Amino acid sequence: MAVSGLLARRARVVALNLAVALLALAVIIPLVWMVTVSFMPRYASSAFPPPFWPTRWTWENYHELLARRLIDGAWFDYRIVPAIGNSLFVAGVSTLLGLMLTVPAGYAFAKLKFRGRERLLQLLIATLVVPGQVAMLPLFLIFKELGLVNSYAGVILPSLAGIFAILFVRQATLAIPDEMLDAARLDGAGEMRIFVSLVLPLLAPVTVTLALFMFLGSWNDFLWPLIVLADQQRYTLPVAVAAIAREHAADGELMMAASVVTTMPVLLLFLMLQRYYLRGLLGGSLKG
Amino acid sequence: MTRQERTAWAFVLPVLAIIGLVFVLPTTLAFGLSVTDYSIYALADWSNLRFVGVGNFTALLTTPLFWRALSNTALFALLGVPMAIAASLFAALLLDAEAVRWKPLWRVLLFAPYVTSVVATAVVWRFLLNERYGLINYALGWVGIAPIDWLGSPTSSIPAILLFVTWKVFGYNMVVFTAALSAVPTELMEAARLDGAGRWTRFRHVTLPSIGPTLLLAAVMSVAGFLQIFAEPYVMTLGGPAQSTTTVLYFMYDQGFKWWNLGLASAVAFVLFLLILALTIVQTRIGRRYEWL
Repeated sequence: MAVSGLLARRARVVALNLAVALLALAVIIPLVWMVTVSFMPRYASSAFPPPFWPTRWTWENYHELLARRLIDGAWFDYRIVPAIGNSLFVAGVSTLLGLMLTVPAGYAFAKLKFRGRERLLQLLIATLVVPGQVAMLPLFLIFKELGLVNSYAGVILPSLAGIFAILFVRQATLAIPDEMLDAARLDGAGEMRIFVSLVLPLLAPVTVTLALFMFLGSWNDFLWPLIVLADQQRYTLPVAVAAIAREHAADGELMMAASVVTTMPVLLLFLMLQRYYLRGLLGGSLKG
Repeated sequence: MTRQERTAWAFVLPVLAIIGLVFVLPTTLAFGLSVTDYSIYALADWSNLRFVGVGNFTALLTTPLFWRALSNTALFALLGVPMAIAASLFAALLLDAEAVRWKPLWRVLLFAPYVTSVVATAVVWRFLLNERYGLINYALGWVGIAPIDWLGSPTSSIPAILLFVTWKVFGYNMVVFTAALSAVPTELMEAARLDGAGRWTRFRHVTLPSIGPTLLLAAVMSVAGFLQIFAEPYVMTLGGPAQSTTTVLYFMYDQGFKWWNLGLASAVAFVLFLLILALTIVQTRIGRRYEWL
């Protein structure tokens, strides 16, 4: 009796672990397959049964994708190299400016007393039910009048309206005890000084999390850059990849190389900083 | 004004100004735009703009493609939300089991698709779903299922895209649910076990009620997310075949930025907004009835 109970328990443990491992394998296979196909020779993946591993590893798809070539007397490339630069620039600037704008604001909403604070906060929360797409069409016209269409500023500016980021920082800041700030005030520290040398160091982990959210969000953003950018030289990676995908539907290996270039930087960033990311997902507490 | 108040305004005004410019102002203008006939002529010269009242909305009601887009979007949400939530809950329950080892590793692997670009992974899935050379049909072949023309047939295109979307997003709610599951009171679970409650009864009467609010919030947010599907059909099917994957947002994008009917497109955006708002309210009501909120 006891032995069979123990056996059933062991079988359950093995089955559970196997189930999780199989699920993880199934989920990760598309990403692994993306990488292996990107190293296959042209058209090698169009075979049955579908090959999972290259018979010959080659960089030719990356070369084709990234190098500029002379075809019939005209320079041709897929504009992926400028797109990498554009994506890095846009995501970097919107992360940096986004942090500079939202971290102080989040702190102010949590700890500084000013008239209208509660009402403003309620208004900010209320705006979260309005989907961003409602604003997109008029925003395009506003940007057209301001001359921001087809510019980096036109892509970056909307990403700086970080309502979620403000609320996120506010939530984390609430955990800082008021006594600590009041003690600093009694010692004669100015408000700016308190924020820079007392609050910011405490908010460092939250700031890393937020920076990661902002960078990934901007890097992966698609609809707005697609709308506001007209010049192919200014395309960000997702817009450039979508344009190639709609034209070169059949070139599997080339498209996989383009996907690898687009996904790998953020996947690596996520893997390095995953503790910050996953903790931030659960509400951004200071402890952990 | 105190020193603290001055600092506070210096901290909040810049970001509030930007929110005003890129969100509040355009959202207000969107209503104005939706009652005009803003088209490519007005884009060239504002004097070509006319007030049309509810004209855009009545025009939408007689546009078959708009109805098609609405029903496609409804189908995406109706099938997609339960599918994604069930996948998240299933993975979370597995990860929550005490016997499972290396949980941080599994969690990161299962979450990884969520941080990738929709466009790039949609490209990958277009090849995975290929009728002749795709891995998915190959795997189905092992269990004797004949190849399906996933993205090429109007009846399987939505399920195919949903398969991709579920793969992409389930990790987010999985992490949220794992946190909720770890907060389920262990004493209650133990008491139920001692009372002889089976696995299903414990799940139904202990686990489910205590993660109820989290489930409801996830459902509300998922509905909003599935109603805003755009990049997937844009990359994988171009809205086809036979317009079977044209969503409301895809219709709005085409009307607004392909044909420059910005007045009509604004009306579409408003319908989408009202839809999301209405469904959020309904879901919250249902949640209250079951005392989940």
